[in-house]
Amino acid sequence: MANQDFPLIFERSKEGRTSYSLPELDIPEFDLEDEFEDTFIRKTAPELPEVSELEIMRHYTGLSRRNYGVDSGFYPLGSCTMKYNPKINEDVARLDGFSHIHPYQDPKSVQGAMEMMYDLQESLKEITGMNEVSLQPAAGAQGEWTGLMMIRAFHEANGDFNRTKVIVPDSAHGTNPASATVAGFDAVTVKSNEKGLVDLEDLRRVVDNDTAALMLTNPNTLGLFETEILEMAEIVHEAGGKLYYDGANLNAIMGYARPGDMGFDVVHLNLHKTFTGPHGGGGPGSGPVGVSKELTPYLPKPLLIKNDDMYVFDYDRPESIGRVKPYYGNFGINLRAYTYIRTMGGEGLKKVSEYAVLNANYMMRKLEKEYDLPFPQHCKHEFVLSGKRQKKLGVRTLDIAKRLLDFGYHPPTIYFPLNVEEALMVEPTETESKETLDGFIETMLEISDEAKNDPETVQDAPHNTIVKRMDETTAARKPILRYNK
Amino acid sequence: MEFRYLPMTETDKKEMLKTIGADSTDALFSDIPSKVRFVGDLNLKKPANEAELKKELTNLANKNANLKEYSSFLGAGVYDHFIPSVVDHVISRSEFYTAYTPYQPEISQGELQAIFEFQTMISELTGMPVANSSMYDGGTALAEAVNLSAATTKRKKILVSKTVHPESRAVIDSYAKGPNLEIVEIDQVNGLTDLKQLADELDENTASVVIQYPNFFGQIEPLNEVKELIDQQKKTMFIVSSNPLALGYLTPPGEFGADIVVGDTQVFGIPAQFGGPHCGYFATTTKLMRKVPGRLVGQTTDEDGQRGFVLTLQAREQHIRRDKATSNICSNQALNALASSVAMSSIGKHGLKKMAMLNMQKARYMKQKLSESNFEIITQDAFFNELVVKVTGPVSDYNEKLLKKGFIGGYDLEQAYPELHGHMLIAVTEIRTKEEIDTFVKELGDING
Ligand SMILES: Cc1ncc(COP(=O)(O)O)c(C=O)c1O
Repeated sequence: MANQDFPLIFERSKEGRTSYSLPELDIPEFDLEDEFEDTFIRKTAPELPEVSELEIMRHYTGLSRRNYGVDSGFYPLGSCTMKYNPKINEDVARLDGFSHIHPYQDPKSVQGAMEMMYDLQESLKEITGMNEVSLQPAAGAQGEWTGLMMIRAFHEANGDFNRTKVIVPDSAHGTNPASATVAGFDAVTVKSNEKGLVDLEDLRRVVDNDTAALMLTNPNTLGLFETEILEMAEIVHEAGGKLYYDGANLNAIMGYARPGDMGFDVVHLNLHKTFTGPHGGGGPGSGPVGVSKELTPYLPKPLLIKNDDMYVFDYDRPESIGRVKPYYGNFGINLRAYTYIRTMGGEGLKKVSEYAVLNANYMMRKLEKEYDLPFPQHCKHEFVLSGKRQKKLGVRTLDIAKRLLDFGYHPPTIYFPLNVEEALMVEPTETESKETLDGFIETMLEISDEAKNDPETVQDAPHNTIVKRMDETTAARKPILRYNK
Repeated sequence: MEFRYLPMTETDKKEMLKTIGADSTDALFSDIPSKVRFVGDLNLKKPANEAELKKELTNLANKNANLKEYSSFLGAGVYDHFIPSVVDHVISRSEFYTAYTPYQPEISQGELQAIFEFQTMISELTGMPVANSSMYDGGTALAEAVNLSAATTKRKKILVSKTVHPESRAVIDSYAKGPNLEIVEIDQVNGLTDLKQLADELDENTASVVIQYPNFFGQIEPLNEVKELIDQQKKTMFIVSSNPLALGYLTPPGEFGADIVVGDTQVFGIPAQFGGPHCGYFATTTKLMRKVPGRLVGQTTDEDGQRGFVLTLQAREQHIRRDKATSNICSNQALNALASSVAMSSIGKHGLKKMAMLNMQKARYMKQKLSESNFEIITQDAFFNELVVKVTGPVSDYNEKLLKKGFIGGYDLEQAYPELHGHMLIAVTEIRTKEEIDTFVKELGDING
């Protein structure tokens, strides 16, 4: 039996304790058992905990102290844009007029909510340069799949049923190829060249008249702007394919470049990254899609539009791919994103990208002295180091990440993208101060020294955390996925 | 213009540019082809200061009729239940809401354990041995269940009852296009799935049967009879979508032999917020454990033998398996799963049944009152907290008038079922009082004339 220094909520439970406060029955009682066949009446109560209200607060406060968020400290988790989550966003999301409204209310009774959504759509159109936006997708991955389904509908409407391939760079996020599969396509990989960019030769090789689309992340997951993006667009469009823009990395280019201007047909955004929707320990997110004029008819329905002075949900969209999610998307997250956009304006958003890029380049130049930098050009909002040198000393990237925990940092993303050996993907974001960046740089350099002089300290890390490294092999081999008394 | 989220000073900037060896930040963007370099400012509303923006958004919020000021009898998949104060206090802890997916278990035990507890609670409620960490919502969870059943059985035909939530059915239709599934809808008779048609359609090509329990009309589908039919076909899977609150009173789908149980935990601690974010759950048999979409948390030990939790069985997931993953889901609804866990902990083992029964009691009182006022009640058989009543005109007319009296009326069934003109689906939760119900029935009667 393992040590248990922090109990599960079930282990705090004691028969007879309660934390609920339900209303009394203020009506004559009905005999329910009369109405139901016995087989439908539950015989054993589900084992939910029986705890007092204070015990709940102690339990979850304890758990929160065993967790680490952006408010706890620096969180340079690449590809995730762990920027500050403004508090005004949280406050407005909790206003009764936003949090307690029902999706099936008469639209006339929720015009304020619809106005916000409409304004957000308009803002995102401007930021991306796309023709129309739908807020329905729940997260980035769902936006990807939504976009691919629209591309599929477009090809099919043209009687083009043989476009079975979706091309995905080897550096792409895992959701890209996975979304291609869910949308019914075959994902085909295109290689990166020695500069970390899509290899145009290889792209020409894989693109043909079976190509439905190219999914491109730009800046790519190495944090590099795809400089030959216009040539790529041309290759794909000429073959009759469509261009999908994974906008998860939009934090790098707001006000500097727009997917629509680069010839893209669909883009998804991650509002929980670029636009400060909090990450919530894994979600909820929001993944709106923007489309070109040509693809607008295929957007999910309903589409929120403005008719004279009324906001309405338009269901009369015969070419729409249909619904991708019940109701109208993750409204609460969209509201936070809107609040952020209103706080920053166009000028502020451009500064966001300016500083996100400045911070990343600064760190990169400081760290390349000790860590291998596979692609030396200026980066955008993030950069990828390789732990190759340290690996030769017996210290792996995983060890470096664990050692960072001892210094109170959340480590960068590791072992992604897949085309860099021992990858360390660092995304500082624009909300961090120079002092914070300098502190992290110093620690990284110190760890590099340790790797040379005292590798064991790094290999055995972490030393100061509440638990040590976990036995993940046993966890997967003999899964225990729930508590049993 | 000052921006409070941007800490860099001009001095910082200069020093940093020097380190980088660039003249200006503009130089860092020289890799953007000049042809597509955006010039000028994005045409957005001017930045608003904090006070001004709070006011602006409060004004927008005030334009909406909210469920706190109006008495609502609207449900149809999204419910107005009481949310204990502890819920918001817990999810407002920024160690939770400003964190991301717990990739680093040593500093994420809080989130991991909270998810493990959520998985346990869902497993308990549904009577299924395995539950994942969350899905976007009940509708997409159901669509993923359908796709999983097709992938597992290598069959294409799916039977979906028309008593399943219409928007979930719409989402199933969209998700089914990828793998080219054939979706066959089974009609409803008197608010229940037509079992005869179901029996006729069930064949050796059927991957799964999809039933909602309680169904969209609030009625209790005979899962035992459905299961008997399914068992006549080898391999066909039984998918049940359930309101988890109802499972405080009803026998859980797991006990009827369901293979996959999904639904939404919005009923536990999550406000309606115009339809999202809510929180899908996904529960299965042990046999399907390695095919479940999304994140799973497992218990293990650290090097010192201390109990701890990790993300596990990741070989199913997109970041490892890429195009061979069982789903493309990455971000999920973790914070809302936490909210539901807190609410479920607060309600507790005994409170849950009590809360479910309060909903049922009040819905029956509504039914009795409507009946006394000579309304035609369509719901006759066993139901949970929703019932269908017939009115004499379009439901939207009624709702418009009810709104003026301070009520948010029921769901207009004609929107999804053209044959159900003048049919209103009324939800009654534990927080509706006798007085609210009495007045609502009276107002409804006045409108009826
Ligand atoms: C480049 C990229 N694309 C797509 C995604 C998927 O987004 P989500 O997690 O919101 O589904 C991510 C998220 O990690 C990402 O970094």
